[in-house]
Amino acid sequence: MTSPVHALLNARLLDPATKTDTVGGLLIKDGQILDWGTHIKADAIPDGASSEDCRGHCLSPGLVDAHAYLCEPGKGHRETMATAGLAAAAGGVTTINAFPATEPVIDDPSLVDYVSRRARATCSVNVCITGALSKGLNGTEMAELGLLAEAGVVAFSDGQKAIGDINLMRRVLAYSTMFDLPIIVHAEEPNLAGSGVMTGGRTATFMGLKSIPSCAEAIMVERDIRLTAMTGARWHAAHLSTADALNSIRRAKSEQIQVTAGTAPHYHALNDMEVGEYRTFARVSPPLREESDRMAVVEALKDGTIDVISSQHLPQSADSKRLPFAQAKPGVVGLETLLPVSLRLYHNQELGLLDLLHTMTVAPAKLLGLNAGRLEKGNAADLCLFDLEKPWKVDGTLLKSKSKNTAFDGHLLQGRVLKTFVRGTPVFEV
Amino acid sequence: MAHLNKTRFAHRHLLDIARLNAAEITLLLDVADGYADKSRARDKKLSLLHGRTQINLFFENSTRTLTSFELAGKRLGADVINMSVGSSSVKKGETLIDTAMTLNAMHPDVLVIRHSDSGAPHLLSQKVDCAVINAGDGSHEHPTQALLDAQTIRNRKGRLQGLIVAICGDILHSRVARSNIALLNIMGARVRVVGPTTLIPSNAKMLGVEVYHSMHEGLKDADIVMMLRLQTERMQGAFVPSVREYFHFFGLDQKKLAVAKPDALIMHPGPMNRGVEIDSEIADDLNISAISEQVEMGVAVRMACLDLLTRGDAE
Repeated sequence: MTSPVHALLNARLLDPATKTDTVGGLLIKDGQILDWGTHIKADAIPDGASSEDCRGHCLSPGLVDAHAYLCEPGKGHRETMATAGLAAAAGGVTTINAFPATEPVIDDPSLVDYVSRRARATCSVNVCITGALSKGLNGTEMAELGLLAEAGVVAFSDGQKAIGDINLMRRVLAYSTMFDLPIIVHAEEPNLAGSGVMTGGRTATFMGLKSIPSCAEAIMVERDIRLTAMTGARWHAAHLSTADALNSIRRAKSEQIQVTAGTAPHYHALNDMEVGEYRTFARVSPPLREESDRMAVVEALKDGTIDVISSQHLPQSADSKRLPFAQAKPGVVGLETLLPVSLRLYHNQELGLLDLLHTMTVAPAKLLGLNAGRLEKGNAADLCLFDLEKPWKVDGTLLKSKSKNTAFDGHLLQGRVLKTFVRGTPVFEV
Repeated sequence: MAHLNKTRFAHRHLLDIARLNAAEITLLLDVADGYADKSRARDKKLSLLHGRTQINLFFENSTRTLTSFELAGKRLGADVINMSVGSSSVKKGETLIDTAMTLNAMHPDVLVIRHSDSGAPHLLSQKVDCAVINAGDGSHEHPTQALLDAQTIRNRKGRLQGLIVAICGDILHSRVARSNIALLNIMGARVRVVGPTTLIPSNAKMLGVEVYHSMHEGLKDADIVMMLRLQTERMQGAFVPSVREYFHFFGLDQKKLAVAKPDALIMHPGPMNRGVEIDSEIADDLNISAISEQVEMGVAVRMACLDLLTRGDAE
């Protein structure tokens, strides 16, 4: 008795890896993609197969979110792997890269093991793990990168913290080359940033908020580009937000230096005006920038300077946000809005649909060395079915993540996830 | 054998291996062979350096090397004075040169110097009238260590040429590594360095070695495995994240050794850090097998150096 085949029919198939944008179907068997393409039609599916009509909606590989904080272990009041899984599934994200800023920090192979097992047991989507770059994220001692690599981490990072000690950064980059894993960096010169909470500019000045010069980003990027060239490491800027830094990346790439760059939806969709009446849901790190920088981020997405869009999903409890702006903790949730907000780039005709999806599928999978983000026979059936046009309003209270700190509360978005599959099993349906 | 007693050594000082050629190194080792035999005899004392003065000027702590040089001088019949920094007026602020000039005025025949700065013996050699032997300067060279290592290898393997030698550990800070690399290359061996990227100079290939960051690859078919000591300062998350990670990837154990030649010779300049660069079991075996031999060769090689550097003075 063979296992049943399930057919998804009449879908707009989108596969950035093969640049496919066509109407057709996809067959799932044993949690894998059996076949897909224009030839999969209602009258051509195997006997005994179940089917569903996708009614012309978009069917793409499930998204790979390269940067999210799952808060477990240690910060379960903000989020757990289970709730993050629900949020991800609602956002069409089928693989999350979990960052090490947990308690305790993921700087030991035993933590990697724990998080892997816990994710398998409680999280409805796939989870891969990024290990700490420095012990306890203290920025003073190199973490056991080798043992972490053997335990299965896909990258190293200190999360929201930058390593200010240039000698340590140099050694860490040199050491990491032995394990051929990328180092994901929060590009902000810590001494310059200090205790600033807004980007330097008109808004911060008028609002009387301590500012961070926007060059703090470019300075760090320039520093690390040279260290990367010297050591031959693989370096990725997690979330770039300024024109200055993006120009540095452009130059470095033209010189074939192994650097890549990412950004988050709030950096291509919002500017510092979003802070409005000291809205702490707009407090993020790096801070929201002036409009000219936001436009530079969009340009960088168009010309490929930015490779990856990731959510930077950082749950913060209501208590951490219900404070004066400067005291509120930075961070916004983003698993559920990663795709819908990013679709603005498509609807505004800045980016083609395949190019946009590339930044959330193929590019992050390549960065992290994952066999994901593509429609391929034999691969796991991790899929995202979404309505490209459906308008909806974000209501923070209805988010599936445990914490509701979204920068897009009340925003009107166009595009909604209808159904998400992980290994062929539906994990979300609207 | 008799001709060995007559052959002159072309250099006034022994400051580094890098400026020697194969013939000169072979001469040193052949003369050392003779002294090794003599040191096993009951009556060890010779009178070759009777009436000569040897001053050991050590600015860095060392028991092994200091004792070895002292014994070498005494067995040749010289008057040997040991000077460690703590007891000398250098602590009072006297410069290196002033110290040397003061000693020079006492007319020593040989000055053996160890200093924490690369190049200090070279500086000294320009200011004194006697022969100068470098007993280790900074991260630069430790010529007599390389010579005794070569002697040990020659005794076991019959030759140096064509042997695959893997030097493993903290190459970046090691004068022993640099001297050994120079000597082995001059003598036609194939040298590899194995260690983490943070402990190998980025342009190491210029030293004439193959660079490996994996013990499994670097030790493959090696004839000689030379382990270097990892100093504590390097361990605290600066160059390597932890002792256990270093030992896991670069510490010598049976599993890693298995890819080397079955009769591979393991060496260590000492003292060994068990559980860091070498596991306890192998360290125990080493104590029995090679280290004792290295120490024995040390005295013989240093006797040869003292002999050859003072031959010209008789005339």
